[in-house]
Amino acid sequence: MLIRVIDAIGSYSLYLCNQLGAFTLFFISFLRTLCTTKPKIKKLFEQMSRIGVDSFTITVLTGTFTGMVFALQSYIGFQRVGGEQFIGAVVALGMVRELGPVLTGLMVTGRACSAIAAELGTMRITEQIDALCTLRIDTFQYLVIPRIVASTLMLPALAAFAMIFGIVGGYVVCVYVLQLSPEDYSSSIRTYVEWYDIRGGLIKACVFGLILSWVGSYKGYNTRGGARGVGISTTQSVVLSSIMILVSNYFLTKMLEQL
Amino acid sequence: MIKVIDLKKKFDHTWVTNGVTIDIPDGKMTLIIGRSGEGKSVLLKQLVGLIKPTSGHIIVDGVDITKLTEKELSVELKKFGYVFQFAALLDSLNVFENIGITLLESGMPRKEVLAIVTEKLKLVHLSEDTLHKYPSELSGGMRKRVGLARTLVTNPKIIFYDEPSTGLDPITACAIHELMFNMQKELGITSVVITHDVELFKYADYIALLYDGKIQCVGEAKDIWESDNPYVYQFIRGLPNGPITTEQQHFKDKF
Repeated sequence: MLIRVIDAIGSYSLYLCNQLGAFTLFFISFLRTLCTTKPKIKKLFEQMSRIGVDSFTITVLTGTFTGMVFALQSYIGFQRVGGEQFIGAVVALGMVRELGPVLTGLMVTGRACSAIAAELGTMRITEQIDALCTLRIDTFQYLVIPRIVASTLMLPALAAFAMIFGIVGGYVVCVYVLQLSPEDYSSSIRTYVEWYDIRGGLIKACVFGLILSWVGSYKGYNTRGGARGVGISTTQSVVLSSIMILVSNYFLTKMLEQL
Repeated sequence: MIKVIDLKKKFDHTWVTNGVTIDIPDGKMTLIIGRSGEGKSVLLKQLVGLIKPTSGHIIVDGVDITKLTEKELSVELKKFGYVFQFAALLDSLNVFENIGITLLESGMPRKEVLAIVTEKLKLVHLSEDTLHKYPSELSGGMRKRVGLARTLVTNPKIIFYDEPSTGLDPITACAIHELMFNMQKELGITSVVITHDVELFKYADYIALLYDGKIQCVGEAKDIWESDNPYVYQFIRGLPNGPITTEQQHFKDKF
């Protein structure tokens, strides 16, 4: 019995090491191809449009309503201690430092990371990736690099919109619903929000963009089996990417604090 | 000339090819026959570099491609073309882009690519109207033709066909066989075909039978047709009893 348990733990550990190794090697291959080949500009813009522009609406909606609800909740707390004039700064700092990049990362994971995994997974099981290999087309250069680079470049832009619309949403709630002074809202933002807060949020968004496209591409590229395999890859990519975003967010915050 | 020596491939605990040895002569059509699930596609994918063999040698024009680095292999494999079982056309690209993908990706102007693509399209007996169609708008036979045209664009010396007539009606299958035969004769291409379609035998120069991970019998097509080798005899005639076990029994033994 004990030997069986140890055997199971050992097998699982080996499996995890194997997966982690393959995941890292995939990233190394991406970096190597990125540094040694010419980027496919047309493909890059195509992916920037699909990952970035097409995610604009959900990002703006998420940012706006998060900012609105954040203002409302902050008001309930700050009203008790008479600090309503700080709501603008709290909403702005929350949106810029945390909610903007994290929520954008999670929303784009749901929309684009799953799409990347499903698309590449389908290409894998229908032998389209093998066909590219037999035609001597570098599949990393053709399929992976445009997706990862586009996502890494577009996430900060999307996060910036989420931040702006979140702050605007908070302003609307404070000024038109809670009847607070617009001057208090904007002056507290000007006083307490610094450039490095914004810079930190944008760096985080950049890393989240890299993570979600890396996970989506890896899972899709290594899909096995038929339609079920594509489904599994897609689900796993969303779960893994979301977890990685949330975990890395803590370490990034800690790291950016020291910059 | 392709020389395959003691080629083995293991997936988990199963040997899919277990010591394949065969010589494939230049400018001829060689058929590799065998039942479904016998490892024919795995063998072909090892020959074309898509799957790395566990052991053994693949010698192409005197060069052992199993010993080459990735970069050297990429250069060597330019001689090869591969026509997939279900064509494997890129579904986000139209016929023109599918056929001309290697040229477009190398930076050749679209006008020049169009001229080459049109020429290849004629070779596979497709009209120019199909150029702007997407794979989902094509029939099975048309997809196979487009797949072949895409392979021809790279001017390969050797073309590997993976079950070229699977899923096609007899008339379309016959047309595809004729096309493959004509390509081989007109362009002097070496063709390696894996199939279990005995209709293709009349076009072949050599036939090899793969069973139990090994080549059980190889010879000129006419000799194979008349062979009394028990494996060949059973396979060609589709006899349920013989050295080739039933599918259920075979998989039970294998896995």
